[in-house]
Amino acid sequence: MTNSVTAVRALSALGDPSRRTIFERLVANPAAVGDLARSLPITRSAVSQHLRVLKEAGLVTETPDGTRRIYRLDPAGIAAVRDWLDSQWVMALGAFGDFADAEADAEEEDQ
Amino acid sequence: MTIAPVRRSIHTKAPPARAFEIFTGRMGRWWPRGRTVGQAPHADIVLEPHVGGRWFERNDEGRETQWGKVLVWEPPVRLVLAWQLDGEKRYDPELITEVEITFAPADGGGTEVRLEHRNLERFRKNRDAWAAAVESGWTDMVRIFGDYLDRLPDAEE
Repeated sequence: MTNSVTAVRALSALGDPSRRTIFERLVANPAAVGDLARSLPITRSAVSQHLRVLKEAGLVTETPDGTRRIYRLDPAGIAAVRDWLDSQWVMALGAFGDFADAEADAEEEDQ
Repeated sequence: MTIAPVRRSIHTKAPPARAFEIFTGRMGRWWPRGRTVGQAPHADIVLEPHVGGRWFERNDEGRETQWGKVLVWEPPVRLVLAWQLDGEKRYDPELITEVEITFAPADGGGTEVRLEHRNLERFRKNRDAWAAAVESGWTDMVRIFGDYLDRLPDAEE
């Protein structure tokens, strides 16, 4: 049921032709508001509003890039890989730290 | 066009030169067994100590699983590795994502080890999989929306 509600929200967000176009642009490439506004026959503030709706519908995410904000599809696949890598490195660096600490302690005792 | 890099750091009591040596030369010892990408637990993880050197794990039967290669070798301060495993943890020679590790003397002794895994947007296969999922998801959404409309009370029609 929750999935249906999410899907309905996403579908209504995409019901608007401009939003649908913006969404399809972001499928191809992440972009900033300015990039999208330049290539579409709507104002920058209209693009911003559409992006906010798409974001609230869980369809796109934004990340800061200097003074700009870059919008992209919420890339579930890449996010999963990133999460996996992050947990892998937390685990690996933790294990490395413990091992190197033990080595350092052992070398101190030898001296 | 970028996905935020993974950044992590730790402190170790070992001085930088020693930390670099342990990190690169004894990876098979400190990396927990059973937490790698190979089918079986690793017997060793090898980082050949030069630019272009291979990075791989080897299991008890001598079977190797490639992880990537050495891009920058600057002992004892900096190391850049190419992580060439895709989203399904399969080795892909065409894929290069960079893992930079730096070893800096820490205030009060020991070493600050910083790791950055970047170019995550290059996991293109996953992006394509996502694009495909979006397409099929769109079909599902239309169906779900149709079902939803069918269930609405007549009064709302």
